[in-house]
Amino acid sequence: MDMNEIKEIFFQECEEQLAELESGLMKLNDGDRDPETVNAVFRAVHSIKGGAGAFGLDDLVSFAHVFETTLDCVRSNKLEPSQDVLKVMLRSADVLADLTNAARDGGKVEETRTRGLVKELEALARGEVLAASAASAEPPAAKPAPAPAPVAAAAKPSPTDDSGFQPIPFSFDDFGGDEPAAATSDPAFEVTFKPRADLYAKGNEAALLLRDLARLGEMSVNCNMDALPRFEDMNPEGAYFWWVATVRTAKGEEGIRSVFEFAEWDCDIEVRGLEENVESDMPMTPVPFDLAILDGDGSLAADEQHHDDHDHDHDHDHAHVAAAAVEAVHTAQAAASVTQAARSAATAAPSAAAAAAAQQANNVAAQAGQTIRVDLDRVDRLINLVGELVINQAMLSQSVVESDNNGASSINMGLEELQQLTREIQDSVMAIRAQPVKPVFQRMSRIVREVADMTGKQIRLITEGENTEVDKTVIDKLAEPLTHMIRNAVDHGVETPEKREAAGKNPEGTVRLSAKHRSGRIIIELSDDGAGINRERVRQKAIDNDLITADANLSDEEIDNLIFAPGFSTAEKLSDISGRGVGMDVVKRSIQALGGRISIQSRPGHGSTFTLSLPLTLAVLDGMVVTVANQTLVVPLTAIVETLQPEADEIHSFGPSQRLISIRNSFCPLVDVGRILDFRPVAADPVEGVALLVESEGGGQRALMVDAIQGQRQVVIKSLEANYTHVPGIAAATILGDGRVALILDVDAVVAASRGQSLKTETALAAAG
Amino acid sequence: MKKKVLTVDDSRTIRNMLLITLNNAGFETVQAEDGVEGLEVLETSNPDVIVTDINMPRLDGFGFIEGVRRNEKYRAIPILVLTTESDAEKKNRARQAGATGWIVKPFDPAKLIDAIERVTA
Repeated sequence: MDMNEIKEIFFQECEEQLAELESGLMKLNDGDRDPETVNAVFRAVHSIKGGAGAFGLDDLVSFAHVFETTLDCVRSNKLEPSQDVLKVMLRSADVLADLTNAARDGGKVEETRTRGLVKELEALARGEVLAASAASAEPPAAKPAPAPAPVAAAAKPSPTDDSGFQPIPFSFDDFGGDEPAAATSDPAFEVTFKPRADLYAKGNEAALLLRDLARLGEMSVNCNMDALPRFEDMNPEGAYFWWVATVRTAKGEEGIRSVFEFAEWDCDIEVRGLEENVESDMPMTPVPFDLAILDGDGSLAADEQHHDDHDHDHDHDHAHVAAAAVEAVHTAQAAASVTQAARSAATAAPSAAAAAAAQQANNVAAQAGQTIRVDLDRVDRLINLVGELVINQAMLSQSVVESDNNGASSINMGLEELQQLTREIQDSVMAIRAQPVKPVFQRMSRIVREVADMTGKQIRLITEGENTEVDKTVIDKLAEPLTHMIRNAVDHGVETPEKREAAGKNPEGTVRLSAKHRSGRIIIELSDDGAGINRERVRQKAIDNDLITADANLSDEEIDNLIFAPGFSTAEKLSDISGRGVGMDVVKRSIQALGGRISIQSRPGHGSTFTLSLPLTLAVLDGMVVTVANQTLVVPLTAIVETLQPEADEIHSFGPSQRLISIRNSFCPLVDVGRILDFRPVAADPVEGVALLVESEGGGQRALMVDAIQGQRQVVIKSLEANYTHVPGIAAATILGDGRVALILDVDAVVAASRGQSLKTETALAAAG
Repeated sequence: MKKKVLTVDDSRTIRNMLLITLNNAGFETVQAEDGVEGLEVLETSNPDVIVTDINMPRLDGFGFIEGVRRNEKYRAIPILVLTTESDAEKKNRARQAGATGWIVKPFDPAKLIDAIERVTA
């Protein structure tokens, strides 16, 4: 891994942090005052700043810094996150996102915009502090904006940190052991170093500090052990020794003090310059190991003996001392380990219970933390392979069935297992690609803000079901059409505050974006509480554009659907916002390309609702393989509620061509699939076929008539759009076990067609584009 | 023997930079994403020195340091605080929680290694 890759990771991370930032701000906007929310928001900006600093992205650092300072005021309750404050913050989040993009892709962010926001942020921080404590001198946030000084990541301490911190001012460059020892002409210092117990408790170590001190130059050191208490009074965690060192160094007092930088709070340090050479005359007399600690104990025979034995020479005496010392140390260790044992015994009982809890916490934490990042290409390759595996397995099953191996049950059993395994592999692989729609939804709130600002409208975006999961491809491709729809909703849907008030509505309009799962599809609804579709105008426009004839007799629903017709645009003048040459027809086509459908319900004066129905995955489908007019079709299993064999007395005629089937005391329209798809000129006799009861996205039920059911199978979806062209009523194609191509029925389109909105009309409209 | 460093930081960017810097300097590196994970990794990795961020989800640097210092087995491990949080108050709090020393982000590799050398034998 090199710096470029890390930079890449940094930008990925920025994206996540920006999403976190945005969602946090939105939560605050909704009145959430959980300190953890504020913390998360702060952390997001803080993280971006930290990483940006490492890469010398100065613009990003300086803006993030100002933003962070203001957020810190919120965090420390100096600034109330009111709606006005949050507006500034949300816009700042947008700028931060732009700056991040600019840093990644090159390019510039409008400086006036950035500068304006910096001013606003600073004013927020300053203003509130002044109001809160006008008398107090030097409000922390009143500091000038940080100079966007360059951050040399690998050179010097960051100059961007203006928050009062002094970066470590010294350098270790010349601390190496091979450094020639300081010349004897260097000034000498006497350093008295008395550590307190805290110094050890914080993981500092006197020996290491003395080692570093010695590296400054030439040093001699003496240890003072006067304070060492008697053994039984000794606190194993106490600090009893202190040192006096004489150091010759060119680094001066500052250099000496910097050695103790981490320790200065937890020790007494005295540095005194020595006038003349005092090497031969140490101010401290060396203190020998003090046997006094062992005296009076009576336990040391060696000691007694030594006092009695006057004949022993000095060397022998020393040997005794050494032996005693060793023994003393051993005793001390033994005592210490006994204490330790007692302590652990005391804690043993509660810790047993705690262990279980800890284990549980561990597992939870492990689950939360265990994620890996995988290149999407790899997942896609895997998915493709699994797709092939599914087809292959289907072919194998088919061959086995055809070879008619009756009795060879081991083969059948093996096949069944294979099928099961294939299925599980497939589900697992699909789960890898499933992602919550949250990121896309979050992007929409920015769109709403921008468009609302441009049009002078007040809009509140409510999102629901953000955690609904759907295939990554679907999510990626959803952003663009959704953006366009949101623009439309704000620009054309919601009225200006004045108009809304005149209509007796809340001047603030609401746009609601929701996602949910329903029968194996994801349903995304976008609704506004605006004026609804102006049918008069839509109709007129359609006539003007030759989409319909002036005398066409259209239902409200049909008029509403005209907005999806190619080349249709109702805005009287092309606005800067939604008029980008993209109409709802493009939105519709991109949704269809995803195997989805879009529909609209509108109530004049009350607003419109767009409903998108999309498959959860674009790769596989559980299907029921059926025969219709000698063609093999696949009906998505998720759409099928039940299958039944109609009896003659259950079929009722309704009008000239409509037929109904009575199912458990309710009536349900019969739809002949062969007729709808034009496979045959006249509907087949229902009694001869099988009815598939389906539920469409509108919620209504229909009984689809097919000739026969061949079986259930998992099929790999092959896009018709990509390989051929969109065919009304057909969602996609697949390859069956015997290698033949079969079409997958678009149930909702067929149901819609049965409502009178014929497939042909749709084709005509599409062709016109 | 290689010295083992445990780094605790929620930022993937910083984690990677630490990893590269420390590995290049010949350290063995184990990593955690927040204080909670840091305490778990501590139990299994027995590091020689710990480098931790302050601002983290779930359990922040202060809490993490206190957790280490409360742990009979590991409380003597030197802990360096690595953070852009640099005002005196934060530094003080980190010290009170039991930090051994600190490094300012954005860190330069030499400074980081030096600080680690300083607190380890």
